[in-house]
Amino acid sequence: MIEVNNLHKGFSGVEILKGITTSFQPGETSLIIGQSGSGKTVFLKSLIGLHAPEKGSIIYDGRVNTEMTIEDKRHFRQELGMVFQGSALFDSLTVEENVMFPLKMFTKQPVDEMLDRVNFVLKRVNLENSNKKFPAELSGGMQKRVAIARAIVMNPKYLFCDEPNSGLDPQTSIVIDNLIQEITDEYKITTVINTHDMNSVMEIGDKIVFLKNGVKAWEGSHKEIFKTDNEAVVNFVYSSNLFKKVRQAYLNDV
Amino acid sequence: MNYVEHIGKYFVMLKQVFTKPQRARVFREALFREIDELGLKSLGIIAFISFFIGGVIALQTALNLESPFIPKSLIGFAAKRSIILEFAPTFCSIILAGKVGSYITSSIGTMRVTEQIDALEVMGINSLNYLVLPKIIATVFFYPFLVVLGMFLGIFGGWVAGVLSGLFSGIDFITGVQMDFDPFLLTYAIIKTLVFAFLIATVPSYHGYYVKGGSLEVGKASTQSVVWTIVVIVIANYFLTQMLLT
Repeated sequence: MIEVNNLHKGFSGVEILKGITTSFQPGETSLIIGQSGSGKTVFLKSLIGLHAPEKGSIIYDGRVNTEMTIEDKRHFRQELGMVFQGSALFDSLTVEENVMFPLKMFTKQPVDEMLDRVNFVLKRVNLENSNKKFPAELSGGMQKRVAIARAIVMNPKYLFCDEPNSGLDPQTSIVIDNLIQEITDEYKITTVINTHDMNSVMEIGDKIVFLKNGVKAWEGSHKEIFKTDNEAVVNFVYSSNLFKKVRQAYLNDV
Repeated sequence: MNYVEHIGKYFVMLKQVFTKPQRARVFREALFREIDELGLKSLGIIAFISFFIGGVIALQTALNLESPFIPKSLIGFAAKRSIILEFAPTFCSIILAGKVGSYITSSIGTMRVTEQIDALEVMGINSLNYLVLPKIIATVFFYPFLVVLGMFLGIFGGWVAGVLSGLFSGIDFITGVQMDFDPFLLTYAIIKTLVFAFLIATVPSYHGYYVKGGSLEVGKASTQSVVWTIVVIVIANYFLTQMLLT
């Protein structure tokens, strides 16, 4: 479980996050949504420890980030997996080497065992027979799968995804969304996804945190988002006629 | 940001670079990859340029020594001194700063703008140590061999130029090369090469690691890094020459 208490973060005197308090539960897929510039990326980068908070704290299963030593942080980072917006695969390494990288870095397993684990996770993300290909030889969707495989290869407790559907076609987006949700359920991972994709919001958000101008403006489940009267959420999520109709249909059914 | 801040940031970067590698086998793999990329793949250009520049140095010296009172062996002597003292260590390093420097900046810069460095940091890896230390060790250990090869091929190029042009005989040239040989000249050239190799690995790494923006900025950083590496090499060359030879 991740607890965020009164998190503040700014750059060059400009406050980006203005006291966010929320929590993320294990086995749940939590989404962070909001307009561009609302502080989503800074929030996610604070959660993964790339930005140190100016005020407030983040508690990972009882471990307070501000009290962690360098060794604690190093150990903690081995417990988290991250899927970056552009996949962030290492260009000079093959698919197999990319996925094996954290194992090589942090375990003393023999190569055979590492290869077994790599093949297992690649199979889990439905990406077989691409072990020897380089990232440049893969499609965007395949790169995302490799990134997910690399993120879960160390059996992480926390999985963070920054815009996992960015640049993907709607069909592939759904596949990636479902894959992340299945992995979250299967391994009881605490998953936090930063997204703009309203399909993801409707489909997989066990919990949704809506940010506006660096403040948590609303939070709830993907069912509650259909019913909310919060003006900022309604304006953001139901800005397209299609989603307005989907919402209306849902409310009529209820 | 002013120059003093850049220099300070460069030394802070070096402090992070010089830490113990987290995993020896990963470091070894990275080191061999860098020796291949930064060293072996530079053999061709160094060999080609050294051979022809050596030839030009010998021809120019021969053409400017018209007096019959000056022995022809002086051509070999002058060519040897020029090649060992300046051409091989400094000129080759400047060539490598262009070839390898732009490669280092663009590869690390691309990793920065495509979040690959963030990915390393998120995994708990000291990205500077992982990316830069193998480059430093690869260049510092391999470039002395490249420069010695450059010396040999430069002198050989001078001999070939003489033989083909008929301006001086091969025997005279070899006599000149053997004349008054001071082994300290080689030590001096190797010391310079070690310093330049360190600069060729670290200055472009600094420009690549701290790049901000997109591909355009990576391109600009590559150009800047080559310019600054050459500037720093030229300045270091002056001070090293003064310290070691005067």
